[in-house]
Amino acid sequence: MKLSRELAESVRISWAAIGGNKLRSALTTLGIVIGVATVSLMGSAIAGLKQTFEDSLSLMGTDVLFVEKFDWVSGDWRETRNRRNITLRNARQLERELTLALAVSVESKSQGDVSYQERSASSVSITGGNENTPLVRGFLLSAGRYFTKADIEGLRPVCVLGFSLAEKLFPYSSPLGRRIKIRGKKFEVVGVLEKLGGFLFEDVDNQVIVPITCLVADIVWNPNVSIGVKTAGPKHLDDARIETRGIMRKIRRLAPSQKDDFAINQQSALMEEFLKTGGAIAAGGLLITGLSLLVGGIGIMNVMFVSVLERTREIGLRKALGARRRTILIQFLLEAVFICLFGGLLGLALAYPATLLLQRAFPATLAWPVVLAALAVSILTGVISGYLPAHRASKLNPVDALRQE
Amino acid sequence: MSLIEVKRLSKIYPMGEETVHALRDISLAIEKGEYAAIMGPSGSGKSTLMNLLGCLDSPSGGEFRLNGVEVGEMDDDELADIRNREIGFVFQTFNLLARATALRNVELPLIYAGMAGRERRQRALEVLAQVGLGDRVAHKPNELSGGQRQRVAIARALVNRPSLILADEPTGNLDSKTGIEIMALFEELSRQGNTILVVTHEEEIAGYARRVIRIRDGAIAGDEVIWPGKRVQAVDKMERWFSKLSDAPREQKAKDETEP
Repeated sequence: MKLSRELAESVRISWAAIGGNKLRSALTTLGIVIGVATVSLMGSAIAGLKQTFEDSLSLMGTDVLFVEKFDWVSGDWRETRNRRNITLRNARQLERELTLALAVSVESKSQGDVSYQERSASSVSITGGNENTPLVRGFLLSAGRYFTKADIEGLRPVCVLGFSLAEKLFPYSSPLGRRIKIRGKKFEVVGVLEKLGGFLFEDVDNQVIVPITCLVADIVWNPNVSIGVKTAGPKHLDDARIETRGIMRKIRRLAPSQKDDFAINQQSALMEEFLKTGGAIAAGGLLITGLSLLVGGIGIMNVMFVSVLERTREIGLRKALGARRRTILIQFLLEAVFICLFGGLLGLALAYPATLLLQRAFPATLAWPVVLAALAVSILTGVISGYLPAHRASKLNPVDALRQE
Repeated sequence: MSLIEVKRLSKIYPMGEETVHALRDISLAIEKGEYAAIMGPSGSGKSTLMNLLGCLDSPSGGEFRLNGVEVGEMDDDELADIRNREIGFVFQTFNLLARATALRNVELPLIYAGMAGRERRQRALEVLAQVGLGDRVAHKPNELSGGQRQRVAIARALVNRPSLILADEPTGNLDSKTGIEIMALFEELSRQGNTILVVTHEEEIAGYARRVIRIRDGAIAGDEVIWPGKRVQAVDKMERWFSKLSDAPREQKAKDETEP
């Protein structure tokens, strides 16, 4: 009961003290403002990046292995640049011999202009796929159909449009059944994909998928393909990887002493890599934040010492009237904490619009945990930097303090 | 049991290599309801004695019982509680919080006593009315005259209903006219049964008390009950002064006096 009254009084006194020195308090808290703004911006950026990354990765599926020419995450460029392409023939052989795969897709990419009548789109990603590509990549159709094995084997000039490409070429009408030009060749639109999103590797919405056989025949003579091996689930990835590797080595005719001249990629490796990088960024951010908080904390300690000195007489009076050490200690601690908390709120107020700016690039969000952590850190800084001055104030002798002019 | 019982009290300050005996072997008793003055020139040790009697400082030796409780061995926080409960201070320089209203200033000891808001406010308002400042409660010290400020300080000293009011040169920063008003207020408080101890170096101020304790070189040099006639003269003078101003009641008069 008594403590709560003392606390209420302390809150009032500290408020008054800060109010009486607005400019000084504001300048003092600048370090905290910068620190908190940095840490919360960093936090929201990392959280946003991670979210985006996860979304992008989920397009690849957690149960899929990708047999490709290059590693996604590591690999010595000098060693890997001379690798032979992964060919369509490799893919067919692999598909024939794999026992642990549910489906095998092939995919090869090129780029070029796509047009329909007077509308055109440049630098569209032209993907050659087989009948399993939508299953392995998780593509869904919003209209029409996907091409069949027969379409592929018959080299029929059909295609499926990505969502944004379809909107661009056919803003007012259905694209189904229309014949568009891809690098000068005519293809009939049989389907449109659902909107997928994603930004990290490719804009999958701005693509056109054609039968891989057509891509080879009309656009790229000897394409480097990515083979997608869909397994029964993430649990089976390791077994499938061993089998795939064995078959690939055989297909590529590698001697036992030779290293693999292909890579087997999977989503989780990419995630690990990202987490490592994200951790490094976060550590860097934490260092910057820690430094600015340290500087801010020292500033606050200084100002608190000044504040104690200025109010020596007042402290003496309060003690004479019955304030205990604890009361004085709390009073000055609260003052420091309020200054820091104010800085923290200001920092967050700065970080929020900055986050909105970031959102134009990728989905960064100022999450509640980040906000709470930032405020907790500000309070902690206040307590730590305010303790020494407050302790000094609480130990003042009332006789000496009252005598001071 | 006396309110204040002091036996062989001493206070030593280290001063470089040497030690200074600010007080030596002071023995003293003050009863409840007394109105006493402690007199002495500066450097005599009267301030030290006041600090000890006010529980602001701890003695180096001897005994000091306040209301039957031994104070000498108490720690900081216990002393703070004793000061809060037992002693009302009136300082020469008022020592009001500049940014707080008269009411807030008077409430301060009650806050440290842990009293609830409404009761606290009520009590502070009553005491402010008692010292004639019922209409000045929302004023800040810089909006009040010197005499009014000292009245706020006296109200603050009274608000906890202490057993001892300790006034250190209460008129030292006031002109003589206002000084007399303040002494009249003390006279009234004394008549109401408060125990008052005034520390001063002015004979005239000491003349209002009923007992004068003289301190010289850290020891008691004299302890006399004021000759009633002399006291009557002083109080008479005070009352004559007031009647000269007007026949109106004293409080009203004091208020008008300070109004611009």
